[in-house]
Order: sequence, then C-alpha cells, then structure tokens
Amino acid sequence: MNKNSKIIKVENLTHIYSPGTPFQVVSLDEISLEIEKGEFFAVIGSTGSGKSTLVQHFNGILTPTKGKAWVCGTDISDKRQRRNLWRRVGLVFQQPEQQLFEETVFDDVAFGPKNMGFDKDEVKRRVEKALGQMGLDPALVSRVSPFSLSGGTRRKVAIAGVLAMTPDVLILDEPAAGLDPQGRRQLMDLVEDFRRTEGVTVILVTHSMEEAALKADRMAVLDKGRLVMEGSPREVFNRAGELRALGLDVPAPAQLMHKLRAAGKQVRMDILTNEEAVEEIAKLLSKDNRRF
Amino acid sequence: MTEFNVTGPVRNAPESHDSLLTTHDSNEIFIEVKDLTYVYNQGKPGEFQALSGVNLDIKKGEFLAVVGPNGSGKSTLVRHFNVLLTPTEGKVIVGGLDTRSPENVWEIRRQVGMVFQNPDNQIVSSLLEEDVAFGVENLGLAPEEARERVEEALLLTGLSGYRKYQPHLLSGGQKQRLAIAGVLAMRPACLVLDEPSSMLDPAGRAELMETLIRLNRSGRVTVILVTHSMEDAARADKVIVMHEGGPVLAGPPDRVFAEYMLLDKMNLALPAAAEISRCLRRRGFLVPDGILSLDDMVSFLCRR
Repeated sequence: MNKNSKIIKVENLTHIYSPGTPFQVVSLDEISLEIEKGEFFAVIGSTGSGKSTLVQHFNGILTPTKGKAWVCGTDISDKRQRRNLWRRVGLVFQQPEQQLFEETVFDDVAFGPKNMGFDKDEVKRRVEKALGQMGLDPALVSRVSPFSLSGGTRRKVAIAGVLAMTPDVLILDEPAAGLDPQGRRQLMDLVEDFRRTEGVTVILVTHSMEEAALKADRMAVLDKGRLVMEGSPREVFNRAGELRALGLDVPAPAQLMHKLRAAGKQVRMDILTNEEAVEEIAKLLSKDNRRF
Repeated sequence: MTEFNVTGPVRNAPESHDSLLTTHDSNEIFIEVKDLTYVYNQGKPGEFQALSGVNLDIKKGEFLAVVGPNGSGKSTLVRHFNVLLTPTEGKVIVGGLDTRSPENVWEIRRQVGMVFQNPDNQIVSSLLEEDVAFGVENLGLAPEEARERVEEALLLTGLSGYRKYQPHLLSGGQKQRLAIAGVLAMRPACLVLDEPSSMLDPAGRAELMETLIRLNRSGRVTVILVTHSMEDAARADKVIVMHEGGPVLAGPPDRVFAEYMLLDKMNLALPAAAEISRCLRRRGFLVPDGILSLDDMVSFLCRR
C-alpha cells in the first residue's frame, strides 16, 4: 500500500489528563494505528476506554503527552500547523445539536464556511449542498430557527455545519445516540453516501456493535486506554469471548452463531448480519431434514 | 388499538434468594389512563398535539415496555405518571389519586419514581451513599429508618461495595443504577424509566436490564420502561406500541411481535431472533411461534 495513502498515522500515542497531580489519569496508553484515505473506520470500547480522547487528537483539540500523530500529513504536536487542522478535519461531538446557536438554520450551517473565508455565493452553495446531503430541503429549513426543529432534525443541521466545510476527514462521536432505530439507520446511510460521493475518510465512535459491523471497513477496540484489537468487523467480532470480557458485545447474529457453536452445532463464526444468519441456519435445518 | 390479553402466568416465579424480596401477585390496576389528550403550547405558536384520547390500564407489579418511533408520544405519556405533565383533556389516576388535583402531587411523586436518559443530570452528591440518601432525607424519617432504606437500595442495585465512591468515578451503567437506587430509597410503588440505556455501553445496558427484572420479579415495583431496544421490550410482561399519539398495539411480547406487518409499516424492527425466525418461515422452514430471544432460537435448533 502506498505510504501516502495513510491519512492518519498514530505512533505510541499516550495522553495523560492532569499529569503530575493527584487526579492524573492515563487516558491513552501507547496507541499505534493507521487509517487509510477514504476508509470507514470504527472505534469501539466501553465508557471511559479513551475513544473520545483519541479522536480529539485528530483535529488538534488535544495534543499527545507522549508519542506522535500525523493527520493529513500534519504533525499534530506542531502548534502552528495544528491550527489549520480544523479546516480539514471535521469533528461532530456527542449531541452536536446542543451547539447550535444561530438564529436560522442557514446561518448556523454557514458559520464554518464563512470563517474559512468563502464569498457569499460559495457559502450559500455549500450550505445548500450540505443540508441536501443530510436529507434536508434547504428551501424548507434555511429560514427556520434551529430551536423549532425536532431533536433528530437539529442533529442533522449540526452535522451539515461540519459537512459544509468539506473536510477530508469526518469524525463522528456517537452521532446516533438517542435517535430511534429508523433515525439511526437513516443517519448512518446519509454519512455513508457522503463518504462515497466526496471520498472522505470517516471515523465513527460508537456503542452500537451493529453499526460498526454493517458500516466499517476496519475497526479498533480500546480498553482502558490501550488498543486491544484491530481489524475488519468479521475478524474483530469473531472474538466474542474477549469482547464480552471488555464489557462489549457482538451483533446479535454473531452472538447467535457463538451460542449455536457452544451447543455443538457446526456453523460459520464470521457472521455479521441477519441475512447471513438465516442462510447458515437454513443450511443447518436442511441438513437435519435429510438425515430423517 | 389491537389489544391482546395476558392469559395465564407470563413468567416463572422469582428464583430469588434475597431475603429482602417478597412476592405479591395482583390484578389491581395501579395506573389508569382515561381519554388522555395532551397538547403542547396550547393556543400558542408551535401548538402540537402529542397524545390523542389514550386509554390504558397498568397493573400493579407489571413490567411494561413502551416502544415506538421518536415523536410518537412515549415520553409525553409516561411524564403524566408522576405529574411532570397534567392532561389537557381526560385524566390519569395513579394509585387511586387523580393527577389533576394539586394536593395529590406530593403523594403520587412519592409512589412513582422517574429515571431519565442521562444519569449525570440526576446525581447531586459527591459521595455515592449520600446521593442515595438525598431523597430519603427529605422525607423527614428517623435517621435509623433512613439509613435502613439507603442500605436496602444499595443492596437491591448491587452498589453496596461502592458506598464511599465518588459518583463521577463510576461507569455509565453504575451511574444509572445509582440514579435508580436514589429513587428506590424512597420506596416507590413504581419506577418509570425513559430510555435509560441510550447513553450506556453494552455491559451497562445488560446490567441495567438485569437490575430492573430482578426488582420487578421481587414483586417490589411496577416497572414502566420506555425503550428503543426491542430485545429489552421482549423481556417485559407487556409491550405497548405507540404511534402518532396513541397506542396501536398492546399485549404480551410474543403476540405483539407476531404483528410484524403492522410493525413494518411503522418502521419498527423485531428482536433479532424473531426477525431471523420470520425469514426462515418465509423460506419454507417450520419455525414455532414465540421465538423472541437468541436462547429461544438456540433451544429450538438443538431440540430438533
């Protein structure tokens, strides 16, 4: 693989909160990983495992206590260069709708592009495109106050504000928390479309094993600040026992296969979706029927 | 609304060894909802009718799951149960008390405890046992009685070993159990939880569900759980499906999840095991009704 295709490279990254005080907490401990350009990369781990701390290094909000990281070729420890990362790396925080502040949806989404120095027409073009990419009709929502919208729509507006800056890397920290299953699916599909059409790298921090299983090309598992697993969802979710010991889980279809195997049934262990599970059980049932 | 009646025992007797736990069975109605309509911002801009003529009985000791898409009225409904909201029309009777009478509010809130999405918003003290004691202290009880209740709540939520912890050092699941302990110490007859697991990781979610089932099976509390998790709903005694301001389906989980055509229309999923059974049936395999959990599926496949 071409060395330049790595859009993020992390080497022995350690982050300590309040170092040298009695409240010192080692949040990240010697993490090394690489993310390819255009990849859909998921980060999972139980609460407090360091997921959010890790991704906050990627747009320069946090700097390493020890170790190194390069994002889009920029050394994030370099103060001067780091300041420009916000243009290239969009970070959507947990519950981003709480950060809306302008009087209209248009102004809120326009905030980023305006600060990037684009002229009025370009700002307008970007706002409308970004709203469209989040499945919103600019003609309907632009002039409305964001506070009059439902929680799910407000969240889409907040994400559109990041998309309007056309980042090279889009980081989403629990973007679907609190949405209903349909809202979750829709939001993840919109993100996937955006990645495909714009060729951006997407980094998703999530508690949903199903989301990671269905969307990610590769994923990392953090535990107490350490990187404990890395690989494709099939590789990672094959290790159900270890994941459970970390307070995590595997998607229900994978869990079913593990339970069947434990009960002595010969089934594939790299199953991720309901459809694949149905296929596998159908085989099991047909085989049993032939025997009688 | 399609209503299926619960016939016979829906669940096995509690296998609890905890001496604190006592069982009492009853068909007594605890919450009665009559023609309940609720309108937000009535007569003002942004007027919105969230509930339309809802009728519902919740039995004492029941474990009720309320599911439905965002905006279907789930939260608006359960917020009537401890008088965070009062009806625009119709009435809600809790433990025999009408929520519309201001003199009933204190007693209803003592009986019905609420737990919300984010436990951080519900934790007030810097020491775990003090946090659990906060509500109890305001009941004006004798110190021994208060202490006893705090101990009991800690034991029931499995937090006895953490009494000197600072709440911010707990995991999400532990924090949510702490929020429940604070409510339990008031000895409520009923716990209402509005999407309590949406901020939790998988271990936290499992931990919370086990705690709720244990509390409910002890016969101690009626549990009303608003959730997006169909797997959790499948473990309740009764499921209510809300859609556009009212219940459209109610009954034991196996009956409700058998109505997959209707659930599809509302964009609601089935529990994974039920969905897999349905696909297998569609392909011509004989799969029995009522498979709701992965364990049900495993025992079906291994019994053959």
